[in-house]
Amino acid sequence: MLIGQDLIRADGPAKVTGQARYVDDVRPDGCLYGFTVRSPWAHARIDGIELDPDFDWTDITVCTAADIPGENVVALMTDDQPVLADGVVRHVAEPVALVAGPDRDRALAASHHVRVAYTPLTPLMDPEVSAGNAHRIFRDDNVYSRITVEHGEAERVLAETDTVITGTYRVGLQEQLYIEPQGMMAIPRADGGVTLFGSMQCPYYIVKALKRVLGHDDLNVVQAVTGGGFGGKEEYPSIVAAHAAVLALKAGRPVKLIYRRDDDLRATTKRHPAIMHYRVAVDRATGKLQAAHVKLLFDGGAYNTLSPVVNSRAVLHALGPYACPHVKVEGLMVATNTPPNGAFRGFGAPQVMFAAERHMDRIARELGRSPLELRRLNLYQDGDVTPSGQRLVDVGATQVLELALKEAEAGLPASGVPDRAGGGGAAARVAPGRGVAIAWHGCGFTGNGEAALKGQADVAIEGDRVVIYTASTDIGQGTDTIFPAIVAEVLGISVDRVANADHDTATVPDSGPTVASRTAMVVGGVVKQAAEKLLAALQAEVGAEGAFDDLLAQRKSAAPLRVRAQYRDDLGLVWDPATYRGDAYPTYGWACVIVDVDVDLDTGEVLYRRLVSATDVGKALNPVLCTGQLEGGALQGLGYATCEEVVLDDQGGMRNNRLTNYIIPTALDAPEMVTALVEIPFSGGPFGAKGIGEIPHDVPAAAVAQAIEAACGAVLDRLPMTPERVLAALQES
Amino acid sequence: MRIGFTLNGGEVAVDALPMARLLDVLREDLRVTGTKEGCGEGECGACTVLIDGRAVNACLVPVVQVQGAAVTTVEGLAAPEGRLHPVQAAFLTHGGAQCGICTPGFLVAAAELLAHTPRPTRPQVREALAGNLCRCTGYQKIVDAVVEALATEAGA
Repeated sequence: MLIGQDLIRADGPAKVTGQARYVDDVRPDGCLYGFTVRSPWAHARIDGIELDPDFDWTDITVCTAADIPGENVVALMTDDQPVLADGVVRHVAEPVALVAGPDRDRALAASHHVRVAYTPLTPLMDPEVSAGNAHRIFRDDNVYSRITVEHGEAERVLAETDTVITGTYRVGLQEQLYIEPQGMMAIPRADGGVTLFGSMQCPYYIVKALKRVLGHDDLNVVQAVTGGGFGGKEEYPSIVAAHAAVLALKAGRPVKLIYRRDDDLRATTKRHPAIMHYRVAVDRATGKLQAAHVKLLFDGGAYNTLSPVVNSRAVLHALGPYACPHVKVEGLMVATNTPPNGAFRGFGAPQVMFAAERHMDRIARELGRSPLELRRLNLYQDGDVTPSGQRLVDVGATQVLELALKEAEAGLPASGVPDRAGGGGAAARVAPGRGVAIAWHGCGFTGNGEAALKGQADVAIEGDRVVIYTASTDIGQGTDTIFPAIVAEVLGISVDRVANADHDTATVPDSGPTVASRTAMVVGGVVKQAAEKLLAALQAEVGAEGAFDDLLAQRKSAAPLRVRAQYRDDLGLVWDPATYRGDAYPTYGWACVIVDVDVDLDTGEVLYRRLVSATDVGKALNPVLCTGQLEGGALQGLGYATCEEVVLDDQGGMRNNRLTNYIIPTALDAPEMVTALVEIPFSGGPFGAKGIGEIPHDVPAAAVAQAIEAACGAVLDRLPMTPERVLAALQES
Repeated sequence: MRIGFTLNGGEVAVDALPMARLLDVLREDLRVTGTKEGCGEGECGACTVLIDGRAVNACLVPVVQVQGAAVTTVEGLAAPEGRLHPVQAAFLTHGGAQCGICTPGFLVAAAELLAHTPRPTRPQVREALAGNLCRCTGYQKIVDAVVEALATEAGA
């Protein structure tokens, strides 16, 4: 059995020896280097673009909106975002012009000599006054998305219940901070087409976008080894690809566009900030939730990107994993003149689950119950109904909670955690605390999105090897290791005879995007189906039954035998996107996070001692890869909790756009982790697997907030919980 | 300026501006691209290399400083016949690499630790690697890998 084994990752040897080729490691002959000229203003009219006559432009290519061969649009959900600003800029760092030169220094120098004349206009920066504002950014009301999920009679029950607890929670922007910045190369082909090669999650998004930009579809997109994505390379690479392609076509040479870190941080999408109001009726005697009314406000920034889908996931997860008979959740996603926000691991869920879990703590506080007891009383059980009306089965909420609590009973690892007494040594006044938070996360696309998408995968016999063709990229999570294990398992052959074809849209079918915790669970299932189909095709060709290798030996043809499978809608999901009623997700993952912290009472600093998690993953296809993702997601969640803060200037530009001042956790900041798995198989996933990519990020921040409160009484309802905010809350407590 | 140094055991010489970043000379002039750039200001450690056995950020080192020195990059960690360095092998079995962009820097930093500290504790491993940022792993499996590699080396 290969499934459930810790197979060494397929790309591991190349990655540990420095042989893996990321986009910036590749340099074709004659390659030019690009740089993007960006708006310094949140909102301005472009009066003209001129080239400095005193600069030597002989080896420089310059592009503006006028050079775009097709449509000036980044095709995604709507057509509101231009490839290059034309006449007006709507956010700081918006691309206005492009330059390319023989080396990075020349390109950078040239960018400083592109003179853009602007007339600044008054921007709209406050999401709370955006909807319906006379200052129009998007359509006629600045609303990207407005969704209501309703079950029962929330308003009536809230009005009739004595104990109604209200709270408001705020979360800031968060940067994905993949360690490899955005990068793309466009290579004009001899046949007149163009090849895009770069760092990305979703090759077919780029195909879709560039068809419109180029005005033709003679293009292919190839994923380079990609240095992390976390959603940040879901939709944004379409813009980088469009820029590289426009430059390359004008220059007639390959163009490489690699973002500098400061540029990447200022320009690219981030996690949506949110303001979240909760009003929950509770039965004081039983501690049971009676009714909830939740109002969510998200800032989408200046263009739509994928914001409506973020709002969708947020409203569907807004109550956390707790049963409540009467619910109304209203989600509003609006436009402001700030850089567009976009996909980031969890996609709206980490925001609302911070609020939901904090609100449970508030209810516990006001009822005089322990936070843990209140959770136990209200956790989803089999047969409970979600706010969209979905009846839950195989609920793992209690199981992950009890397992995590058991694991947390064990002491700290024998070797202990770093002694970080640097903040005062023996004189430091430190208070320890523990927080427990629980997440649910819908795996895959909402409703029957997969049935509409019809993701495809091919599997082929080529010689004595089997090759898998998918558009599902490996961005570190291990897809290129998981898929061969699935195919080898089905065919009963050794995994080293199964390889992945390059993720090149010239040869792979559209498997759907690498997002939404769907790759192993959904595309893995399609790959499994394709392998079964291949075995059947081989049996038919040979006219016999038997083991794969026996059949292969009987094969007369040496030609490749290739089959295609497509997502099969076997689950019978019923979902109405108009009313938001029905089966919101094919299945749910469940996770409990327990964090032990020390709060420094003089500095407000939060030190992480240990993080224990238990997660229902359906089936761990490769436990090392699975727990590795869970641990990475947990630490991203701890960064969200206390140290990652995007500070904006008056134009909405990121002031701390460097790694010296946008702080992500180091190995010293990270706690020792205990990562336990629960396996409640999902019938729709290969070998029972569920999606696990996003759930680890959902509730670490909530667990930390509870731990801080347990340690010192400081109540924090806003992320990030920086030392300054912890100290302020401590003074109020 | 002509600058000569030893790179992964072999002599190299390049014509470069003395203040050119060692990182660019390695990646662009010598086309040895295992060393990565993540931030360009010495914060992320993706460009960690050894100069005469000491780990440094190649993005902060003017190439003139390595004149006559021995530079080791991730490509120079394995034995000449290809046998992986213990820390490379341990990264494979423990899942220390995910997206892999930070991996070369971590391996080089861990190799330095291995060379200087025979039996470090987990906190010491964390401290030695605190100049390298990883966004995929949460560091747990990296620390596991380095601790195991050191145990392997000590037992060898």
